Amino acid sequence: MEKNNRILNGIKFFALSIFLVLYIFPFFIVLINSFKERKEILSNPLKLPSVLNLSNYIDAFTKMNYIHAFLNSLIITAFSVFLITLLSSMTAYIFVRKKWKFNQFMFFFMVASMIIPFQGIMIPLVKIYGSIGMMNSKWALIYMYVGFGASLAVFMYHGFIKSIPLELEEAATIDGSSQLQTFFKIVFPLLKPVTTTIAILDILWIWNDFLLPYLVLMAPEQRTLPLSVFYFYGTYTVDYGRAMAALMLAIIPIIIVYLLMQNQIIEGVSKGAIK
Amino acid sequence: MNQEKTLLAKLKTYLIFAGPTIFAFFTVMILPFLYGIYLTFTDWDGISATHAFVGFSNYLQAFKDKVFWTSFLLTLKYVFFTVILINVIAFFLAYVLTSGLKGQNFFRAGFFTPNLIGGVLLGFIWQFIFSEILVYFGKSYNVPIFSNFWLSDPDKAFWALVIVTVWQYTGYMMVIYIAGLVNIPRDLLEAASIDGANSYQRLKNVILPLMVPSFTISVFLTLQRGFMVYDINLALTNGGPYKSTELISLHIYNTAFLHQQYSTGQAKAIFLFFVVATVTLLQVYFSKKLEVEN
Repeated sequence: MEKNNRILNGIKFFALSIFLVLYIFPFFIVLINSFKERKEILSNPLKLPSVLNLSNYIDAFTKMNYIHAFLNSLIITAFSVFLITLLSSMTAYIFVRKKWKFNQFMFFFMVASMIIPFQGIMIPLVKIYGSIGMMNSKWALIYMYVGFGASLAVFMYHGFIKSIPLELEEAATIDGSSQLQTFFKIVFPLLKPVTTTIAILDILWIWNDFLLPYLVLMAPEQRTLPLSVFYFYGTYTVDYGRAMAALMLAIIPIIIVYLLMQNQIIEGVSKGAIK
Repeated sequence: MNQEKTLLAKLKTYLIFAGPTIFAFFTVMILPFLYGIYLTFTDWDGISATHAFVGFSNYLQAFKDKVFWTSFLLTLKYVFFTVILINVIAFFLAYVLTSGLKGQNFFRAGFFTPNLIGGVLLGFIWQFIFSEILVYFGKSYNVPIFSNFWLSDPDKAFWALVIVTVWQYTGYMMVIYIAGLVNIPRDLLEAASIDGANSYQRLKNVILPLMVPSFTISVFLTLQRGFMVYDINLALTNGGPYKSTELISLHIYNTAFLHQQYSTGQAKAIFLFFVVATVTLLQVYFSKKLEVEN
């Protein structure tokens, strides 16, 4: 019995390893071809590169305006996530602590709105914000992320705040702190686990988002990383080596963060799904 | 809590705490959505400042459009296969990876990797795989199925989309199933073993019924993402060859922004909203019923 189990586990381990190798294989292909010249790729795309030539990277880096695109992505993601967590936690707090009819209605309304697909909104969104001149700006995009991200964040904070005992806050109120002070001194620190979960989900979403920035940001200097890879790839489709280097440049930062925080990220995703 | 007696004080608190969120939520989600419904009844062309009321003609035009129906049916087919394949494979992986295997955390992290990267990048990676790697492999080792370019064949291009989507989302759903599986009480499983249940019976009679909530969430997410897929469609096939793989989101985008038929495009988008809302609400309703019965 014991021996059978060990053999079975061995088989499982072996089968999973093969499956994982196949799973990761596409990234490996991109990596090896990112060092090659076009001719070398066409003659055998499966072979390891003969020399570690970084010229594709240097080309892609400059032509994509990498630093600029990276900073744009960073600014947009950081500000959006900061504002979503801050504003949504405050909103959820007032929804839980003030049981007004209006609050209950608003909460229900926000949760129900999560069913609306982005495609149902994008065309009028472009029209409205285009007509008031708010297109082509990172700040308008950040504002939109706050609007789109609020529902889920309020919903998740709402569930958590309900479980925080009121006594903690009452003590602070007696000591004379205002509601805003009570929230930031007592409640917000307690929300850290949910804040982490929301931040992880929203970072994955906003950092990688394509369609919304594609619609809002027109000028090349405004492009985020996915956008600049998209336009670069469109221009250099036939030049596979450079295109692969561009893909690697966009993937590397995420992989570095993943290697450092994989447990938190996977935990965030699994917590975010249990509603 | 502070004693707020006056309406004014209440309003002030409310505006500080909820004002910015509610304002952004209304101006970004609700206003465009309602305005979008209004636009479907007008002849707005995207440029002119004025537009006239035209009744249901945009919807009629959308429903008369053969390409729209082809795209919609293709999307249904795509959603059907991706939802089933993703959830079956993800559950299977989660089941194996919670059985106490050596290095299971490493495996989990590995299978999750595609979810860290945006759809456009994943689409480009696979475009390269299909165009260069598989064709090279097929030709050098004489594997007929790979020796021509999948993305230039309408039928194979569809399956390419399915494969890449399954590859992308399986790891995500696996994480959700793992969370469900580790929450199953150990003593229930032990009790079943003592009663003589083999591992298949335990799976069927104990684990699967308790996993219904995880299935509810995971099927909901895969349904929603399936109907809304855009990035991978754009980067991998861009609807080609000859519009044969243009899924509904890409079709709506192209109707509005490429062919400049904004009102018709918006009518199609509202139709998509009704389909997604109906399908997902029915799915959640029936899975919740299944949960109660157990």
